[in-house]
Amino acid sequence: MKKWFRLLVPIAAVALLAAACGDDDDDVATTDETAAPAAAGVVCADPLTIAFFGAQTGDAANLGLNESRGAELAINEFNAANPACQIGYKAFDSQGNPDNAPALAQQAVDEAAIVAIVGPAFSGESRTANPIFEAAGLPIVTPSASAPDLSTLGWTIFHRLIANDDSQGPAIAAHIAGELAAAKVAVIDDNSEYGLSLAEIVAGELEAAGVEVTVTDHVDPASQDFSATVTKVKDAGVDVVMYGGYYAEAGRLRKQLVDGGVTAGFISGDGSLDPGFIEAAGAEAAEGAILTAAAFFSPDGYTGGADFGAKFLADSGSAPGLYSAEGYDGANLILAAITAGNTTREAINTFLSTASFQGITKTFKFLPNGELDGPAAIYATVVEGGVLVGAGQIGG
Amino acid sequence: MIATVVLASLSEGARLLRDNFWDYTVTGATIGAIYSLVALGYTLVYGVLRLINFAHSEIFMIGTFGALYATQWLGFDPGDPKKTGIALIGVLLFCLVIAMAVSGASAVVLERIAYRPLRRRGSTRLAALISAIGASFAISEAFALWRGRNFEQFPRLFDKTHTVFTLFGYDVRADQVLIILSALFMMVALDQFVRRTRLGRGVRAVAQNSETAQLMGVNIDRVIVLTFLLGGLMAGGAALLDMVFLEQTRYNIGFILGVKAFTAAVLGGIGNLRGALLGGFVLGLVENYGSALFGTQWKDVISFTLLVAVLMFRPTGLLGESLGKARA
Repeated sequence: MKKWFRLLVPIAAVALLAAACGDDDDDVATTDETAAPAAAGVVCADPLTIAFFGAQTGDAANLGLNESRGAELAINEFNAANPACQIGYKAFDSQGNPDNAPALAQQAVDEAAIVAIVGPAFSGESRTANPIFEAAGLPIVTPSASAPDLSTLGWTIFHRLIANDDSQGPAIAAHIAGELAAAKVAVIDDNSEYGLSLAEIVAGELEAAGVEVTVTDHVDPASQDFSATVTKVKDAGVDVVMYGGYYAEAGRLRKQLVDGGVTAGFISGDGSLDPGFIEAAGAEAAEGAILTAAAFFSPDGYTGGADFGAKFLADSGSAPGLYSAEGYDGANLILAAITAGNTTREAINTFLSTASFQGITKTFKFLPNGELDGPAAIYATVVEGGVLVGAGQIGG
Repeated sequence: MIATVVLASLSEGARLLRDNFWDYTVTGATIGAIYSLVALGYTLVYGVLRLINFAHSEIFMIGTFGALYATQWLGFDPGDPKKTGIALIGVLLFCLVIAMAVSGASAVVLERIAYRPLRRRGSTRLAALISAIGASFAISEAFALWRGRNFEQFPRLFDKTHTVFTLFGYDVRADQVLIILSALFMMVALDQFVRRTRLGRGVRAVAQNSETAQLMGVNIDRVIVLTFLLGGLMAGGAALLDMVFLEQTRYNIGFILGVKAFTAAVLGGIGNLRGALLGGFVLGLVENYGSALFGTQWKDVISFTLLVAVLMFRPTGLLGESLGKARA
């Protein structure tokens, strides 16, 4: 009996894996076979595929889809302009789960046509997938994995399109102390790893800048009623409320603050930068709230990409979200490498690591560790008339 | 050193509480009123069946969606102009009726599906408890699949932040007055129903001794259905009040509230209607005072420390006596 069972486990595992591969094959974008003969543009002999690695389904699907749709748009535009070089696209749906990532990464590595990856989208899955990409020399450009230590792990294939988490807290603090000229600040968080550490960095930087943090509080994100926190903020009469946490609670907190008669400004980090913030707070209460991110989110205000929002909508059927422009830039960066005649993983990696590329969000030039060269940019987005509006760079 | 820091933060907390006492009291009583209404459902079912109906939090959740649908049928969108006067009362009553009907009906259906078959086969109470937990997960996940896992927003029906009166310097808001008064009214109505009507006498008889009540000709199945219905109606009322207060819902909204309401029921004396009322308000107030003194992150620690302390000295809760012992 026992022997039978031992045999059965690997067989079942292989069958599952095969089924998973089978599913993914459907995701390969079919290239346009009826394209007119090449008049101009890039010519490439071998089939080349750019893959996206990140969540496409599950709780974190929105962020992953924001990015993959940007990458797909870039590839579709390239294919339309270069009939003699049709680039394939394939999505590896990790669901944002680090446990799914290694098997999917191995699949991507084994597929010879895949020459570069846009992703992995999150830091957790990067930790488990990137060693596999590194071993195979498959270059990656990540639009959103922001854990600071990822660039210290010696990966030569790693390229990060945004500033890491170490830059956001100081930028928020500098903005509160500088432009908002606040004297008293309330720093509130949701007690999560992300929210608490962001809040602590901001509070520390504020104290160092001579701004008084008169209220610190940790709310329970599962609780609906924040009235005790509202009273505390009201009592202190602060100028600005800073919140470290995610958009659903940020919106709820902002609404309850405004309902409770608090007129202080509101600033929060990238966890809150989502239209869901406005939905949760209500357009009226959300007005004027500042949400920051290392990604540049400005549907109509990209340099050299003013029509990005419209193109994105036409291509994917939805408006661009946070990291969409970075997904687009990441794919374009890889396409620039292909245009320059690099068609192997190794050549593309060398191009990515050395060249300088002007995207719609910023100019990309990487340090040897995969971080961006130059000051770390943090951008602000402000709620105006019930929509998110880009308000430019606040840090770096 | 550490002691000095703790003392300093405690004295700051004490100042915060002293300066904002009525603020904390009114907001605590508001959420406490909602705890009380939901606690009634736990206490009623426990009083009659000696069963913790863990799916009661889902009955509440269904009520919030009932209220949400009611506003959508009336054509409300978040951001619509606020209602006043007669129109407002009409809208609120309509939403209340729908929320109560939906919650009451689902409580009755729940009893049919999750509890009655077990009772018929003479299963243990433990089996019914597992069935309750299973029903809770099933309902909540069904809503997650149907409605998605994101919050849905309840429209603002009226200018609720408008100050009705000032209590020692604290501006009491319209929604707080509405919630506390309607919750009190519903609880008094339920209490009187159980104490004064023939159906209520049946409930009390079964609670006291179900076998004797059966021998005396009480239809036990009907009493149990009535118990679930009453609990469901109260949860529906709580659901609308909660939506007016906090204005968002999703599949797991009942979970934390259910835990709190169950705590309130035990605190006041489970099986005791007036105990549930008292327990809900006490819990709401203690949570708020505790948050002021020690910081919001200690809120639940304080509430449950209080619960343990009360049960140590009064194992049957603050009011202790059971549903059956109430006089006619």
